[in-house]
Amino acid sequence: MEFALSPDQRALQDSVRRSLERACPLDRVRAVAATEEPLDRAVWQTLCEIGVPALLVPEAHGGLGLSLLDAALVAEELGRHVAPVPFLGSAVLAPLALREAGSASQQAEWLPRLARGDCIAGVAMAERVAGARDGAGVQADAGRLNGSALFVLDAAQADVFIVADRDGGLHLVAADAPGLQRTALRSIDATRPLGALVFENVPAQALPGVTPATLARLRSAAWALLAADTLGAGWAMIDQAVAYAKERRQFGRVIGSFQAVKHLCAEMAAGLEPGRALVWYAAHAFDALPGEAELLSAHAKAHLSETGTFVARTATEVHGGMGITDLLGLHFWFKRIGFNRQVLGGPERLRQHAAQLQDFEARKETT
Amino acid sequence: MNLSSTPRYEAFRQEIRAFLRTHGHRSATAPTAQRPPAGALAWQRLLLEHGYAGRTVPREYGGYGAAPDVMEAYLITEEFTRAGAAPPLGNQGISMLVPTLLELGTEAQRREWIAPTLRGEVLWCQGYSEPGAGSDLAALQTRATEDGEDFLVNGQKIWTSTAHVADMIFCLVRTEPGAAKHAGISYLLFSMQTPGIAVRPLQTMTGHAEFNEVFFTDVRVPQQQIVGGRGEGWKVANATLKHERGSLGNAAVTTQRYQELVELMQAETVDGTRLIDLPVLRDRLMRLQGQVLAQKCHGLRLLTAAAAGEDLGLAALVVKLQGCELRHQLAGLAIDALGELGLLMHGSPHLRAQAIWQERYMFDLGLIIGGGTAQIQKNIIAERGLDMPREPRLAA
Repeated sequence: MEFALSPDQRALQDSVRRSLERACPLDRVRAVAATEEPLDRAVWQTLCEIGVPALLVPEAHGGLGLSLLDAALVAEELGRHVAPVPFLGSAVLAPLALREAGSASQQAEWLPRLARGDCIAGVAMAERVAGARDGAGVQADAGRLNGSALFVLDAAQADVFIVADRDGGLHLVAADAPGLQRTALRSIDATRPLGALVFENVPAQALPGVTPATLARLRSAAWALLAADTLGAGWAMIDQAVAYAKERRQFGRVIGSFQAVKHLCAEMAAGLEPGRALVWYAAHAFDALPGEAELLSAHAKAHLSETGTFVARTATEVHGGMGITDLLGLHFWFKRIGFNRQVLGGPERLRQHAAQLQDFEARKETT
Repeated sequence: MNLSSTPRYEAFRQEIRAFLRTHGHRSATAPTAQRPPAGALAWQRLLLEHGYAGRTVPREYGGYGAAPDVMEAYLITEEFTRAGAAPPLGNQGISMLVPTLLELGTEAQRREWIAPTLRGEVLWCQGYSEPGAGSDLAALQTRATEDGEDFLVNGQKIWTSTAHVADMIFCLVRTEPGAAKHAGISYLLFSMQTPGIAVRPLQTMTGHAEFNEVFFTDVRVPQQQIVGGRGEGWKVANATLKHERGSLGNAAVTTQRYQELVELMQAETVDGTRLIDLPVLRDRLMRLQGQVLAQKCHGLRLLTAAAAGEDLGLAALVVKLQGCELRHQLAGLAIDALGELGLLMHGSPHLRAQAIWQERYMFDLGLIIGGGTAQIQKNIIAERGLDMPREPRLAA
């Protein structure tokens, strides 16, 4: 048994981290947040050069053919750097949907472009995963879509959308298809904008390989990666809180020497760090133990959301008044963790889902 | 990530299973804080013979002589837990004194004490804490003064869990009164039958006397019964504490407790509804399951690192704090789920599970405090794991 990252995985994570340290300092995040353009093309270009959008695309289609655990390590780094890039929808869920359910020609048309980062895919599946709000929902009939979808991932720059309908079907929709109306939803997290789509008799191509398991696969992957993003964002907040506590002086001492402050830092680290292994395991299960993946991913996202939320508020508190200012920019991580918590299902919904998956009707082992 | 066993470990797992199939019926659990009955001693001897106890202790000291291998140790724990077999004896002599003697004892001390301790025939208690020396252990005041070839020990220890049945004590005493706080301590071994020792049971909130107070009045101990040199007791004690902390926060036990909690919530009803079907209680259960899973995976990650000789630093330091807290929360949910039934204690009609959850809720709070309080753990995590500054010391 080897419960650890491989040397290749460590190298991948290091390389993404180094690239982001150079390409995505807080100033850039701030600049993106100040515009209506919620994507940093330069940062995205840097990530495309090291193959980030190609991670999950099979080699036959010009991708790297790596595992979801590799993608989770990248997600952790993106969270750590609050990177404003279209990763979850365009580089993870869209390639997975095409890989698992697309026709040969759909795969041949879209996967190489997604792998190169030449096009961006938005993903509309919130209603099917987290429940419908404001009456949203998409109906498919004879190659046409009607209805609406909210909380669409990576919507702003998307050239194409993967859309889940009310019956569990998945469809490819061109962003310029007639009858499709796209609106931006402004969320707390300026680094990952959400969108809304309205469909009026919009032509769509169904993914022919969809089975009842397809959507479960996609949501498992999304949950694991949102958990990984929170892990990275949470550790960035802990690191900043610890660094601040070692510099800031009050009462003639650095505040990090007061146990009242030091213990907050210890509680954050002790709460968050065990979640790392859970994120690894959930992402690993997606490829290696598919029967366990959904339960583990639901738990990973719920657990990291809870510990992440604790870290977000506590790290802010350690910074004192500065923590809530825009000047320091800590709020970008705070908001990213908040986004990860709600999007595609909050902790209560995920735990309800986890309970249903285990079928406690029967008395059986569950862990 | 590769979660499958290599053929070598899979073979070892099968070996354990075969042993348990053949001999498992002789399994006998030793009650804590009591002298192991004959059946438990026989089981322990069998485990020693087959290498499931004292596995890495050299043969000349009564062990099995295997090379240290964390994966083998993990598989033994896992398979014994799975089979519901009594684990090897894990008293303080075995878990703390034996590794300390192996590391720092003299040859004579190893030959005299390790084998009978491993067999469970010689029971030890740990004389560390004092009324005035808890978290600040080095403030201990029990003193040993030279008297010819001997020391005369005077003072008081507390939280001495097995003192009422122990044959021997490993005890921290102050031998160098002029020396600095940490430099004046020595680590002594002596018999609990020595004249001048009085043991008083210390009853806790569970209603049981899980601990004792021990009083020393002119207790005569030969000077050669010291481990390490004079004034080196602090170093020796830290070696022992390292072994103690390593043994706490085991995910196998926590996972087992979670399982029991699921079964409880499936079996019990209120107003005819199973507890597990009540959404609020079930949400709490699922929240704990997430934590149990995280701890289990975290344990596997630490295990892999240990097998590779890698120190994960912070990741290893959080185990005691998180593990004890989680066990306490599991017991807390069981009691809340049982409602008024969760109040009942021994002898009452309608009592559930011999009040095990009530006792765990109280006993596990002691685990949060013992072996380094949660607050001391947080200092350790912050100072060693996050490189934060120590609290400035008061001028003496």
